[in-house]
Amino acid sequence: MKITRKEFLELSGLSILGAGALRAVHAVKAAESAHANSLPSDSPKKQMALAIDLRKCRRRPGCNLCSQACHATHNVPHIADPRHEVKWIWNEGFASVFPLEQNGYTRRNYNGSPLPVLCNHCEKPPCVEVCPTGATWKRSEDGVVMMDWHRCIGCKYCITACPYGARSFNFSEPREALQQVNPDFPTRSLGVVEKCNFCAERLAKGEAPACVEACPEKAIVFGDVLDASSDVSKALDASYSIRRKPELGTGPNVFYFL
Amino acid sequence: MFLIEKAFVGSRRYWAWLGVLALFMFAALLDWIHEQQVGLAITGLSRDLPWGLYIGQFVFFVGVGASALVVVLPYYLHDWKAYAKITMLGEILGMVGVFMAMLFIFVSMGQPMRLINVLRYPHPNSLIFWDLLTLSGYVTLNAVIIARLLIAEREQSAPPRWTKLLILLSLPWAVGIHTVTAFLLCGLVARPYWMTALLAPRFLASAFTAGSALLVLILLLLKRLKLFDAGGEAIRKLTVTATYCLVVHIFFSLVEMFSTFYGGIPREVEHIDYLYGGLSGGSPITPWMWLSGALALAALLVLIVPALRVRPQLLLVACASAFISVWIDKGFGLVIGGYEPSPLGAVTSYVPTLPEWTVVAGIWALGAFLITVLYKIVLSVRQEAES
Amino acid sequence: MRERLIIVGGLALFLLLFAYPVLRAAVYHTQTSAPQLRLTSQGSTCVAPTDYMRTSHMRLLSQWRTDVVRHGDRRFVAFNGKVYDKSLTRTCLGCHNKQQFCDRCHAYSGVSGPHCWSCHNDPQAATAKVMP
Repeated sequence: MKITRKEFLELSGLSILGAGALRAVHAVKAAESAHANSLPSDSPKKQMALAIDLRKCRRRPGCNLCSQACHATHNVPHIADPRHEVKWIWNEGFASVFPLEQNGYTRRNYNGSPLPVLCNHCEKPPCVEVCPTGATWKRSEDGVVMMDWHRCIGCKYCITACPYGARSFNFSEPREALQQVNPDFPTRSLGVVEKCNFCAERLAKGEAPACVEACPEKAIVFGDVLDASSDVSKALDASYSIRRKPELGTGPNVFYFL
Repeated sequence: MFLIEKAFVGSRRYWAWLGVLALFMFAALLDWIHEQQVGLAITGLSRDLPWGLYIGQFVFFVGVGASALVVVLPYYLHDWKAYAKITMLGEILGMVGVFMAMLFIFVSMGQPMRLINVLRYPHPNSLIFWDLLTLSGYVTLNAVIIARLLIAEREQSAPPRWTKLLILLSLPWAVGIHTVTAFLLCGLVARPYWMTALLAPRFLASAFTAGSALLVLILLLLKRLKLFDAGGEAIRKLTVTATYCLVVHIFFSLVEMFSTFYGGIPREVEHIDYLYGGLSGGSPITPWMWLSGALALAALLVLIVPALRVRPQLLLVACASAFISVWIDKGFGLVIGGYEPSPLGAVTSYVPTLPEWTVVAGIWALGAFLITVLYKIVLSVRQEAES
Repeated sequence: MRERLIIVGGLALFLLLFAYPVLRAAVYHTQTSAPQLRLTSQGSTCVAPTDYMRTSHMRLLSQWRTDVVRHGDRRFVAFNGKVYDKSLTRTCLGCHNKQQFCDRCHAYSGVSGPHCWSCHNDPQAATAKVMP
């Protein structure tokens, strides 16, 4: 059989394409089985949650010690330009956080008092749903929504999907915006997304999250909501709590006492 | 003999045009490399508005890509002979449009070198995964179709039978790519402006408007340059298509506004209010949104009156207006309206920076470059076949 | 005939470019000797035998990364039964100095691919910025 140069080139091109397609199919199959395994099972073992007592927060106007402790622990860069800010836990106004609870006659001292917001480590996190690479996922053992900064491609789809504005993108070199570096925690690279990790690295050592430890008023309680004897469950039993945008069905795991 | 050889012989005008486009592409490449080194901070994007001009252009060009359907469908399903000579031009426009759309995604990424992770760790839950598959599939499908049809034209023989099957497949696929692109946005609980079932139909209507208007513009230009005459019948029919699509596009936009404003739920109203009224604070996009609306109505007026649309100059203005109107609406309004105000009620006004515009101009230039080269091949093959 | 000339010429040019580093070294008699690596702290053993580490440290690090980040598993039991923390900064850099060890070999072999240090800290280099 005699083949022309053109046919030869076409054939080689097709075989390379075919081999590539086969690889892709295998990858999808492998990923699907892996994905099935990584899905949180119907009855998760644990679900870590945070309850913030704003009554205690209001005792200290202008306080942001939790934010400072968190950002120092996790090498969160301090960027002056609000458009490029990176933040894991920070204060917001009452009307922004709870637009539906704001009725025009809401107690005036609610606005302007410290109100920390952070990633809600949702039961059904929209960010995990949309991530094309699994760089963010919900940990099955304790429900923490994690991030893998090695894998993130910086598409920013998760920022778009998060209804809480909890995610930040590294628009500029983060190390240049760090005065001090905590050597025990990595910094991030340009072009990846980051957010609160519920101090996964501290939980691994049996320690409480940095924000919980830093609060002088003990306003933040942390623990497993599925365990009725945990601190957070007891606190939720004792007072009426609300969550941010529960109507969206995301199931936030950060609770607030007003 | 390869078809590509036809692209290497051309007039001085042809080479000068390609040279100019190459300059724009080169400038964009330099700017993009710079953007990769210093970060996306040199763009106008921000924490609250992480997608901007790039993603707007992406959505717009997926639409241009899908619009190949407006010529392929009538020609292959309804045997409209008037489109015999322009169907392939439409297919090329569609393929290049989708290719450009993919490039716009690429330049907006923070870590583009890790793009392969989408295939290494595929997550079928994410619409980006499906977008990548359907868009690259569409480009491949059209590339095969165009090549086979061209070879058949050169050899003056009928194309293989399976080509017809691929063409039929490309029709639902064209609808599919834009639907998947709408699904990318319209399932996000965080963004009420996009969260409407009408988003995919709206995308298709605006896509077919802009696409058929663009094709009319290209055909008028080719005729003016004495390169190719599509014939009056083809342009008339295409104009009618553009008119109907424009009517549907405007209708869909107004329907959306009615339910939003009559219902009046603040978190839904505030996005449209930001676009057209600046939320009482004024926003840089407001005049552009009104311009887009005015252009759409002006185009409608010319296109809907038969006595007006037969006049070539007016037709040119109307098609350009319709195209620019959709380009503003989809390329800016869609993305900005989705993000402003943010889920926390904050407003960050977004103005694209010069590096962003340079990259966008470069991708446009690349699109024009590809279209020039591919049209050159098609027209040369036809010229040869005729002589 | 002209085509043949172009093809052969192109192939020759390709081979020339491909062999450039070797040819250059042969012409200029450049000395190429592997860097002498030193350890900061002597006497302690590595998490795996030297031969394995020399050829496969990247695989080990990649596995550690997956274990820690994706599975929260930080305990590494070494071949000799010793237990280590799976940490580049805390475990590896406890004995190896980044500049004296990692960088010299990577520079010599021209492997600049992995971007470990754009995020992971080098305690020696970062002292100026380290928290008290």
